[in-house]
Amino acid sequence: MTTQNLTRRHRVANLFHGFCFTVAWTGVVILGILLFHVTGEGLHWLDLQFLNDFPSRFPEKAGIRSALFGTLWLISLTATISIPLGVGAAIYLEEYAPKNSFTRFIDLNISNLAGVPSIVYGMLGLVIFVRLFDLDRSVLAGSMTMSLLILPIIIIASRESLRGVPSTLRQAAFALGATRWQTIYSHVLPAALPGILTGFILALSRAIGETAPLIMIGALTYVAFIPEGPMDEFTTLPIQIFNWASRPQKDFHELAAAGILVLLIVLLFMNSFAVYIRHWLERKI
Amino acid sequence: MISNTIEKVLPDKKQELNNDAVLQTKGLTIGYSHTVAVNNISISIPERRITAIIGPSGCGKSTLLRSFNRMNDFIPEVNLKGQVMYRGIDIYEKNVDPVEVRRKIGMVFQKPNPFPKSIFENVSWGPLINGFRKDIHERVEQSLRRAALWDEVKDRLNHSALTLSGGQQQRLCIARALAMEPEVILMDEPCSALDPVSTAHIEDLMFELKQNYTIVIVTHNMQQASRVSKFTAFFDAGNLVEFGETKNIFTLPQHKRTEDYVTGRFG
Repeated sequence: MTTQNLTRRHRVANLFHGFCFTVAWTGVVILGILLFHVTGEGLHWLDLQFLNDFPSRFPEKAGIRSALFGTLWLISLTATISIPLGVGAAIYLEEYAPKNSFTRFIDLNISNLAGVPSIVYGMLGLVIFVRLFDLDRSVLAGSMTMSLLILPIIIIASRESLRGVPSTLRQAAFALGATRWQTIYSHVLPAALPGILTGFILALSRAIGETAPLIMIGALTYVAFIPEGPMDEFTTLPIQIFNWASRPQKDFHELAAAGILVLLIVLLFMNSFAVYIRHWLERKI
Repeated sequence: MISNTIEKVLPDKKQELNNDAVLQTKGLTIGYSHTVAVNNISISIPERRITAIIGPSGCGKSTLLRSFNRMNDFIPEVNLKGQVMYRGIDIYEKNVDPVEVRRKIGMVFQKPNPFPKSIFENVSWGPLINGFRKDIHERVEQSLRRAALWDEVKDRLNHSALTLSGGQQQRLCIARALAMEPEVILMDEPCSALDPVSTAHIEDLMFELKQNYTIVIVTHNMQQASRVSKFTAFFDAGNLVEFGETKNIFTLPQHKRTEDYVTGRFG
């Protein structure tokens, strides 16, 4: 009786193990198929000329120089705007704010904002940044829109990470006559930094691939120059990819695939840089 | 800031103070939203002695200890009535900065909680953030010596504090508190996470420290209370049942409840 029961329990355990294994590998396999497909189509277009030239209506002359630099501009500005705001908000909510119905209301709203479709942020950006602030179709308007989009992700990840810092660490600092800011700056933030960095990466990876809000604020144009300041017009990799993919000629579809490869490589670089920093920080502790 | 105020207040207040009390509570009641943890306590902690607070779990002894340096401030919904006097000043008065209080009254916690930094930084951080501008190396060495840890760590001050054993970590936490040159050190069950050898180390250390510091220790371990302390306070359900010289509490308890507890009949 008991042994029967035990065999059944083992079977259930194995089934669950198998289920988790399958689920975990599904993602990897799908990514593999995508990569295989995209590489097959786009790899032979990927050369220095492709990276160095501006878009063109002749496929063999077309390149992604403006899109690549536009993306770099957009991500740098977005990071500059959203990281201080997001971490600041997280620190306030986690370390300073009293736990009352008002902060719970803010909590709920941040979680909701994380789920709002990106096109809605695009509309907000169009109305407020492009029109009201008169920023036109500048990188700055795009970055501010993107910042709104990823702020909830940064805030939620940072808060989660701050909450994980043991309260004994805070108490140790307070008991030495430290102020709240000294405690946060010297002990809480360094301990939470690896988790906060993960949040940045998730958020910026999302921003780098977003197209809809940028199309909404009017970044879908032919741009044959590199932005030289935050007020210049710009285009980005996903927009260029979208542009090429929507043309009828096969060559342009292959160019789109090459563009996807570049986008993936940029993402990979960003992620490995963050993993490296994380590792370095954790080793330091 | 607090020291200035002390100078001013001391002369005329001195007569009011019981003998040589450093810390004194008057009608202190502490409650969490609906429950009372510490009920109308008046107690005087004598200078340069070890005072032990004993009692069964949940009797409010930790809450009382944490009220001495305002560490309860961080717990939401805690409310406090009555007074906690440090050198004749009510530390809960509006014009008293809790940060100043904690510079004078240090604390050692139940579980060793060194900062995840180097041994040196663990000790130097407190003085440095409080504006210490003299020889920090000297201060670190002196504090580690007083905590009887110097010889064990002098060759690896730059190693992470987390590489130390539990007992060493706790002595590092004591050194860290000493580096602030506090007058009082509060210890919240400092040995409950340690093995007997490390516990003996800490107890020896406390004997050394009482020459210069006032120590208040909360402990679950009655042998420890009887070994190290000069005075013992027995708490039960938020009430101070009995307070007196340790040898009397353990050999001639006045209350049945105290006797039952110290002889191990409950708790």
